[in-house]
Amino acid sequence: MTAEAKLGQVANYVDERVGAAGFLRKSLKKVFPDHWSFLLGEIVLYSFVILLLSGTFLTFWYDPSMREVVYEGSYQPLEGVKMSAAYASSLHISFEVRGGLLMRQIHHWAALIFMAAMVAHLLRIFFTGAFRKPREGNWIIGVGLLTLGIVEGFLGYSLPDDLLSGTGIRIAEAIIQALPVVGSYISYFAFGGVFPGELFIPRIYIVHVLLLPGAFLALITVHLMLVWYQKHTQYPGPGRTEKNVVGYQLMPMYMAKAGGFFFVVFGVTAFLGAVASINPIWLYGPYTPAQVSAGSQPDWYMGWLDGLVRMAPPIETYFFGYTISWNILIPGLIIPGILFTGMALYPFIESWITGDKREHHLLDRPRNAPNRTALGAMSLTFMVVALINGGNDLIATHFDLSINQIMWGTRFAIFILPPLAFVITKRLCLSLQRADRELVLHGRETGRLIMLPHGEFVEVHEPISPEQAFILTSHEQLPALDLPEIDARGVKRAGALKNKLRARMSKSHAESIPKVTTEELKAIEHH
Amino acid sequence: MKHLSRYRRHKAVAPLLLIAALLGIGGTFSIASATTSAETTSADRTTLIEEGRQIFLKGCSSCHGLNAEGASNVPALVGVGAASVDFQVGTGRMPMADMSTQAARKAPVYDEAETTAVAAYIASLAPGPEVPGSAQLNYERDGSTAEGGELFRNNCAMCHNFAGQGGALTQGKYAPTVMGVEPKHIYEAMVTGPQSMPVFNDKTLTPQEKLSVIKWIKSAEAEPNLGGASLGRVGPVTEGLLAWTLGLGLLIGVAVWLAMKAK
Amino acid sequence: MSNELQPIKDPGLPAHVHRKTDTDPKAAARAERQVATMFGISALGTLLLIFSYIFVPDDLFIFIPIMGSQNAHQLGLGLGMAIALFFIGIGAIHWAKTLMPDQEVVMQRHEFRSSDEDRAAFVATVKEGAAGAGLGRRSLIKRSLGAALGLSALTPVLLLRDLGPLPGPEQKTTNWKAGTYLVSDPSNRRIKASDLEVGSVAQVLPEFEDPKERHLDDIAKDALLLIRLRPSEFNLEPDRLAMTHEGIIAFSKICSHMGCAVALYEQTTKHLLCPCHQSTFDVTRAAKVIFGPAARPLPQLDITVDAEGYLIARKPFSEPVGPSFWGREK
Repeated sequence: MTAEAKLGQVANYVDERVGAAGFLRKSLKKVFPDHWSFLLGEIVLYSFVILLLSGTFLTFWYDPSMREVVYEGSYQPLEGVKMSAAYASSLHISFEVRGGLLMRQIHHWAALIFMAAMVAHLLRIFFTGAFRKPREGNWIIGVGLLTLGIVEGFLGYSLPDDLLSGTGIRIAEAIIQALPVVGSYISYFAFGGVFPGELFIPRIYIVHVLLLPGAFLALITVHLMLVWYQKHTQYPGPGRTEKNVVGYQLMPMYMAKAGGFFFVVFGVTAFLGAVASINPIWLYGPYTPAQVSAGSQPDWYMGWLDGLVRMAPPIETYFFGYTISWNILIPGLIIPGILFTGMALYPFIESWITGDKREHHLLDRPRNAPNRTALGAMSLTFMVVALINGGNDLIATHFDLSINQIMWGTRFAIFILPPLAFVITKRLCLSLQRADRELVLHGRETGRLIMLPHGEFVEVHEPISPEQAFILTSHEQLPALDLPEIDARGVKRAGALKNKLRARMSKSHAESIPKVTTEELKAIEHH
Repeated sequence: MKHLSRYRRHKAVAPLLLIAALLGIGGTFSIASATTSAETTSADRTTLIEEGRQIFLKGCSSCHGLNAEGASNVPALVGVGAASVDFQVGTGRMPMADMSTQAARKAPVYDEAETTAVAAYIASLAPGPEVPGSAQLNYERDGSTAEGGELFRNNCAMCHNFAGQGGALTQGKYAPTVMGVEPKHIYEAMVTGPQSMPVFNDKTLTPQEKLSVIKWIKSAEAEPNLGGASLGRVGPVTEGLLAWTLGLGLLIGVAVWLAMKAK
Repeated sequence: MSNELQPIKDPGLPAHVHRKTDTDPKAAARAERQVATMFGISALGTLLLIFSYIFVPDDLFIFIPIMGSQNAHQLGLGLGMAIALFFIGIGAIHWAKTLMPDQEVVMQRHEFRSSDEDRAAFVATVKEGAAGAGLGRRSLIKRSLGAALGLSALTPVLLLRDLGPLPGPEQKTTNWKAGTYLVSDPSNRRIKASDLEVGSVAQVLPEFEDPKERHLDDIAKDALLLIRLRPSEFNLEPDRLAMTHEGIIAFSKICSHMGCAVALYEQTTKHLLCPCHQSTFDVTRAAKVIFGPAARPLPQLDITVDAEGYLIARKPFSEPVGPSFWGREK
C-alpha cells in the first residue's frame, strides 16, 4: 500500500470518530502574516515548552526537602558541610548526573529568555496598538502571564536553597510580614511558622511545578486560541486592509517556519547552557540566615523591584503599638500594583480617551500614535531607572562610582527622566511624521546635486514607490473628542470634571502632524 | 705516594684536580658562612632597622610623620607591626598615589629587601603583628577547604562576595577581589585589618582557621568554571545582561532572517 | 481625516516576485543540498552529544580561547545538543524560505458580531432556559442556593487553617537570656573580652547546651555581631553606653529593614552596611540609620563579662529583632 493510501486509512479512522475533516482543512489553510516582530511571542511560547521539558528532567533528581543533611558528594569544598536536602540534590544534579548541569543551566537560561522575550513581545504589542478591540481580553491575559512569570521565576531559582536565593526568600518574607493586620498570619501560614521553617521549599515546589505551570498552560491556550480565532493583526501595507489577512498558509510554510523556529530557540538556549555558566550554586554555599554575599540581587526581571526598594525613603509610622512599613509597602506592593493594574487596564483607558470603539486589525506604526509611544517610553524609562538602581553595587565597583551617589542619582532620575522621556519621544514621533510627509510630497533625497541654468544647486529627489507612499498615508488620524460643557440644548453636561480631563487627554492624544491630503498631492503634481 | 705519582701525567689529572679544588674552596666557604643565612645577627638587624628608617623618612614620613605618629587623616604606624607594612608595601598599596577613596593595589614601589627593612623599622617602634613565616603558611597541610569555605561565607563574603570577587562599600570604597593575592598577604590582611577591613586576630580566627580560609580562596581561584565561561562570578546582573544581548539578540537575528523573502 | 479618505489609493498586493529557486532548477537543487547539509550538521551534533556522554570523562578539562579552561564532557554535551537542535531549525526555515510556495494568500476577515437573528435567538433561548429554571419566580430556591454555595465556600478556607500555627511570643523573642554566653559562629567557642582587639569583628550566636539543637530558625533571630571600638569613639546615651563593655558593642545581625545579615563593618568609618538594599548603620551611635531604606536602628544587646572574663548577655533584647510587622510593639 502506498504511503498516501496508508495516510488515507488513518485519516478515515479518525474522521469516523470525530469528523474533523472540515475543521482541519480550514485550519491548515489558515493564513498568518509574516513579520519578524511577530515571532517574539513565539520565542516566549517555545521557551515555555523548553522550561517544561528541562524542568521535568530536573524533577527526576531534585529533592524538595529542607531536611538537614551532611554533604557527601563529589564537590570537595563542601565536604562535610551541613545543608538542606534540596541544596544537596541540586549539587548532585550539577556534579553527578550526566547532563544534569547542562539541563539546569538550560532551564535557567530558558527562564531568563522567557521573561525577556515576554517583555519584548509586550512592547511590540503596546507600541503597535495590537491591544485595541477586539484584543483587550488577550492583553489582560498577557499581563497576567507576565505577573505569573515573575513569580514562577522567583520560586524556581529559590528551589536549590542556596545563599543567594535564600536571601531573596528572606526579603519576600519581610514583604509578607509587613502587610498591615494580616502580615504575620500570612507569613506564619506560608512558612508553617517562623522563618525559615521546614515547609517553605516543599510548598513552593508544588506551586512551581504544578499550580503555576497549570495556570500557564490554561492561560497560554486561551491566549493562542484568541489569536487563532480573531486572526493575527498585520502591519499596514499595499493590499492589506482592516478586512483581510495577508500572509502564508499554516501548511506548509508556516508550520515549517514556526516549527523550525522552535528548534532554533531550543538550540540557542542549549548553546547558552553549554558555554555560559549560570547560577553556580556550589560557589554560593547553602542558605543560612547569618550569611550574605556582597552584590546580592534577584534575577533581572525582579531587578526593578529591588531597585525601587533600595531607593525608598526610610519611612515607618507607629501608633498604639502597631507599625506600618511604608518603606517596604510603597516600593514593594503599592507602586508595582498601580503599574501593573494601569498596564492591564490600558486598552480601556485609551479607548476612553479616543472614544474609538471600532475593531482594529491593522497595526499602528509607533510614530503615528505619538502619545501612546511616548507613554510607553516613559514607563520603560521608569523601569530601567529602577533596574539600574537594583544593580547599583555592581555598577559602583565596575565603574568606580559610589553606591550613595548612584542611589541619590536614581532617586531624582526616577521623577525627572520619565516625563522627559515622554516629551522627547513625542517630539521624535512628530518629527518622524513630518519626515514621512516630506517623503510623500517631495520624494527621497538621493544625495545627487545638479546645477540649474541660473546657477542654483538643487538636490535630486526621487519619488517614492506607490506602495511606500500608500504605507505613509494610509494611517488613521482620529480627531480629538468634542465634549462641550454645555450640550446642543443648552443643558450643562453631567460629570463636567471627568469630561474636562477626558477632553484634555483626548486633545493631547490626537496631536499629530496632519498627513498628506489629496489636494496637496494634486498641487505637487502641477509643480 | 710513589704509586700515585706514577699517574701524574695522566690526561684525566687536570680536570680531576680542578674539580677537587672547586669542591674544596666551595666547601670551605659554605662551612665558614653557615651561621649567617637563617637569622640576621643583632648587628645586621640594627643595620636593617636603620635602612628601614632611611626609606621611611624618604618615602613615608611626608604623610605618616617623622616618627610615624600620623596626622589628621593619616594613621600612626606605631604598633601596627611588621605584618601591616609587609602587606601595605608588598601589595603596592603604599606609598599611596591617589588619596581620594582608598589605597588601591598596584605594582609595588619597593622591592622585597626594602619592604623587609621598613617593616623591621616599624616593628622596632612598638610590638605588633609579625610577618608570618613559610612554616606558618602551609595551608595545604594545615588548612581544610570545606571549613575555609564556611568561615569565608561567615566572615568575608558579605564584603568580598561569595566567590571572593570583591564588592562595594559606602561612599565609593570597595572590598577588593581576593583572587590572585599571595597567601602571605591574605594572612596579613586578616591579622592587621587594613583600612576599612576589620581585624581578625588569632583569637577570633585561629591561625589554623586562617589557613583554612586561604586554602578555600586558593581552591576557588584554581577551580575552573563548570558549565561554561564565567560571567564574572558576580551573580544575576551579568546573567541577565547576557540573556538580553546574546540570547534575545541571536534569536531576533534569526527571526529577521526568517521573515526576509528569499532571493 | 479617517481611513476612508486615503489620499493615495491602495495599489494592491505587489506582484509576486519569483525566487531563483522557483525559476532555476539548478538553484532549487542547490537549495535542497543546502537544507540537507544543515540537517547533516544537526546529525553530527547529535553524534557529538552521544560521544561526549559515553566516552568523554567528566574530569577532563580543555582550554578554549576566551572561555578559559572548560570541562570537555559538559562542553561536548551542550554544544552537541545546541548544534543538533539549531540546525534542524535552520534547515527547516531555509527549506520553507527557498522551496515552499511563497505566494502570499489573502484571507477575508469576518465580522465578529453575530447577526441580529442569531443574537435574538440566543437571548430567546437564554430567557427560555432561565424561565424553565424558574429562579426568577422561586425566590426560596434562589435564596437557599445562595446560602448553601456561600457557606460551602468557607470550607476550603477553613481547611487551610493548619498551614501554620498562629503567631506567638516566639515572634518577638530570641534565645538570648540573662547570662547566655556569647559563642563564635561557626566554631561555638566562648569569647573572652580580651580576645577582641580594637577594630575586631566577631560573628556570634548564643550558647546552646546541645549545639545540635540549633536550627536555622534560631539562627534567623539569634545572629549577633560583636564589634570592638575605643570607648572614646562612642557617641551614646548613658543607658546604651552601659550596655557595652570596654568598647565592645553587640548588635543583632538581622537587618531591621528586610532581614538580611548585616555584617559588612567598615573599620575606618565605623559604619555597618547591609548589602541587600544598602541601609547604613552608625555603630558609634547605637546603629542609627544614616542612609538607605531601613527605618529603625539594629537592636543592641546588653553585654557584660562573667568572673573569668567571658562575654555574656545581661538580659534579652528589649525589642523584637529583624524586620517590622504589624503588632511589633504590642
